[in-house]
Amino acid sequence: MNQVSDTPVSHPQWRPYLAAALALLTTSQVVSATHSAVDPEVLAAERQRVEVIRSGSAAAVAIFAGDSGGGSGVLVTPDGYALTNFHVVQPAGVAMTCGLADGRLYEAVLVGLDPTGDVALVKLLGRADFPCVSLADSDRVEPGDWCFAAGNPFLLATDLVPSISAGIVSGIHRYQEPAGTILEYTDCIQVDAAINPGNSGGGLFDAAGELIGINGRASFEKRGRVNVGAGYAISANQLRKFMGCLRAGRVCDHATLGATVSTAADGRVVVSDILQSSDAWRRGLQYDDEILALAGRPVRSVNAFKNVLGTLPAGWQVPLVYRRDGRRTEVLVRLAGVHTQAELTNLVSGGAGEDDQKNGLGGPAAAPLPEAIHEVFTARPGYANYHFNMVERDRVARAIATRALGHGGTWTLAGRLSDGAEFRIELSDSEGLIDLPTGTSVLDATAALDANPVPPGSGGMLAALLLWRRLTLEGPAALGGTSYLGTAPRDPRRLDPAGGDLVDVLETAVAGVEARFAVDDAGRICGIDLRTSPEADPCEIQISRPGAGGPLQLDVHHGIERFGTFLVESVDPAGVVP
Amino acid sequence: MRWRYGAGILASLAAWAGATSVADVTPQQVIADATRKVVKLYGAGGLRGLEGYQTGILITPDGQILTASSTVLDADEIDCVLDDGRRYAARLVGIDPRRELALLQIDATDLSAFVIEHNPALATPGTRVIALSNMFGVAAGDERVTAQRGVVAAVVPLEARRGAAEAPFQGAVYVLDCTTNNPGSPGGALIDSRGRLLGILGKELRSTAAGVWLNYAIPTNELGPARAGIASGTVVPSDDTTRPFDLRLLGALLVPDMLERTPPFVESVEPGSPADHAGLASDDLVIAVGSASVTTRTAVERAAGRLAPGDPVRLTVIRAGRLIDLELGPRPAGATP
Repeated sequence: MNQVSDTPVSHPQWRPYLAAALALLTTSQVVSATHSAVDPEVLAAERQRVEVIRSGSAAAVAIFAGDSGGGSGVLVTPDGYALTNFHVVQPAGVAMTCGLADGRLYEAVLVGLDPTGDVALVKLLGRADFPCVSLADSDRVEPGDWCFAAGNPFLLATDLVPSISAGIVSGIHRYQEPAGTILEYTDCIQVDAAINPGNSGGGLFDAAGELIGINGRASFEKRGRVNVGAGYAISANQLRKFMGCLRAGRVCDHATLGATVSTAADGRVVVSDILQSSDAWRRGLQYDDEILALAGRPVRSVNAFKNVLGTLPAGWQVPLVYRRDGRRTEVLVRLAGVHTQAELTNLVSGGAGEDDQKNGLGGPAAAPLPEAIHEVFTARPGYANYHFNMVERDRVARAIATRALGHGGTWTLAGRLSDGAEFRIELSDSEGLIDLPTGTSVLDATAALDANPVPPGSGGMLAALLLWRRLTLEGPAALGGTSYLGTAPRDPRRLDPAGGDLVDVLETAVAGVEARFAVDDAGRICGIDLRTSPEADPCEIQISRPGAGGPLQLDVHHGIERFGTFLVESVDPAGVVP
Repeated sequence: MRWRYGAGILASLAAWAGATSVADVTPQQVIADATRKVVKLYGAGGLRGLEGYQTGILITPDGQILTASSTVLDADEIDCVLDDGRRYAARLVGIDPRRELALLQIDATDLSAFVIEHNPALATPGTRVIALSNMFGVAAGDERVTAQRGVVAAVVPLEARRGAAEAPFQGAVYVLDCTTNNPGSPGGALIDSRGRLLGILGKELRSTAAGVWLNYAIPTNELGPARAGIASGTVVPSDDTTRPFDLRLLGALLVPDMLERTPPFVESVEPGSPADHAGLASDDLVIAVGSASVTTRTAVERAAGRLAPGDPVRLTVIRAGRLIDLELGPRPAGATP
């Protein structure tokens, strides 16, 4: 560093220009005093830049991981949630000390981890009004866009005020192979703003000061571990998709299609291998099928395929478009996880052979935790911090409770199927009944629900509706072992590639079935997936009100089949369904 | 190297502040347009410390490509990938050993290409520039190459070396304030804020004076003569006959120089070339040039370089355990890779 700043200053020709340049950069007042001829537009642009850098700086977090160094982070909510890199918090463990540009230190606790994507969520404690930034739609970023990074390179910020480096976006949708580790950077943003050791986990901002990514990696080769003009940031759109899982206190996993692709001689991206246990196989994908699009984004190269997949959390359902013999097919596939739970736990704890003396993540905390952290940390296998799962589950429970009208009697829903035939559904504490043109099915609500997936062909629609009523009336506690899973697209068939329009998902295992409930931000249950056994295709019910406040509609799918669309014309007692 | 700083630095700072408001085209548009004229090249290499890829620029709509002459081009087949992902086999037309530039040709038409302007005033210290290259090979297929922004810091004669060897080109170059000197960058485009070609990114070199890696580009003024010289077959003569001599000029391609002491095996022989007529064959191991015994590829090129233009190039090779003497004909003028 010294070399860079000393050499030009000692050069006599350089001195006056340096002084002028510094003046120009410092404040606009000085500029207008000394260079009154400067275009007002230039000055306005400069003022705006100073302002966005100020707001980005305020949200920048310096993370200290004791003797192991540290890194950067960025606050994304006023109550203290901050994003950073997994590789920054890994040596720090569950508790860490963070500094903000206001010069103050804050205790922080680990919330969630995404070891594959190199992302971690932490929460700073002690305030409800932290300065924070919002996430941009990073798919709108273009090469040439101005950007800046705010962080703590070389841990220089002894006064906690972050270092700023500016540059342009050099490339988008970059795929970076896992480099000696499992940290795979997919669909990342490449910048020429200086990204140095210590910038890791810090924010990358656009010209409006919105967060477009988290700086995490740089090309370091023969020049040593310093910036050589190529830094990489995890995109905001990827972060948005994982935020729910991170806030759930989980160790998140990335998605796999269960199939690999390669480029054919004519440039098509084709399936070169596929697991017969994968959902994609069950939906009809085969060897040599050409992949056209995944999760709403076109796939024109193997890298593009990896880029799309790498931004998706395990468990999501996404549309897949493929072509075989000239025929284009679109199916909805459920993405499996890349890792097993044991593999994830192992990744997080640093793997076998490494000692766990420094609060090894996922392992027992060796050092006593600070008092403030005790209240916000609960260890549980498979979780980074189970405390936050309870926090999120309770938040969703409260939202559901605001909707419940407490009518514990029988719910009767009647209406017509899409072909005009009539149906009737009765749901009570003791029994469920569904009357269809094809026959009547009854299910004992007090016994195990997995023995009898009725109506036939639905995969368990009646069981799902009974649980829907119970959850609506009594909240998650009534279902027993319910946890907060994270977020998922409200309607996978109309998935927003930017990661918008997400709903909360609760997961429960009760009465022999596994069920997931999608809950919108108004506390309405808008989707149910119910599985009667781990191998079976789930019964999927989407609950919507097409047209604001219009009649209720239930869309029921099982496997690739649409079981039925139920248009509810009457609900008795009126208004029991939120 | 003498550094000339100019008032341009001030001008460029002011220009940055209003980068989007004063220009009639946005930087994003300029980059998108210019990127179509940049190609990714893949050839020999891939071993530790030597990349098998670099960058090239299209200079005619019918597929002429200018790039840096390097070991990447020491391959039977050079793969060229256009911005839209189309892939072509590129043919090496010739090299300009002094400027360390090479001309390639692909069989394509109607391409978007840079215009090489002969205008020494195109860039001066302080000119804002954008460098486009496939550094670190991060772009594949139809992915766009890397764009970096910077400023011309100085226009000075190149005083640089690669290892112990002095760089052959000593003309004026644009020294840049951004790190363009990366694996894969050589042959990339340096453009101004309007998208005009200013120069071609040079090979990875260190400053003779300071030992630091140099970020520089060879100006367009050098590109026109290089292209013309190579295309017309009159290879630009080297001003120093002690420079290494490339046997490719006689039709003999040695194995890529990827090791510290690469044994001088013959990789291939161009049919109909002087080497072919002399009877040189693939897998021959060269053990002497004239009366000088050689054990490495570098030594072969050095020994041949000491021959005066017009001198007969005599090789002794081992083939299937037997020593064979061959005469490849007179040494052409100049020529280093």
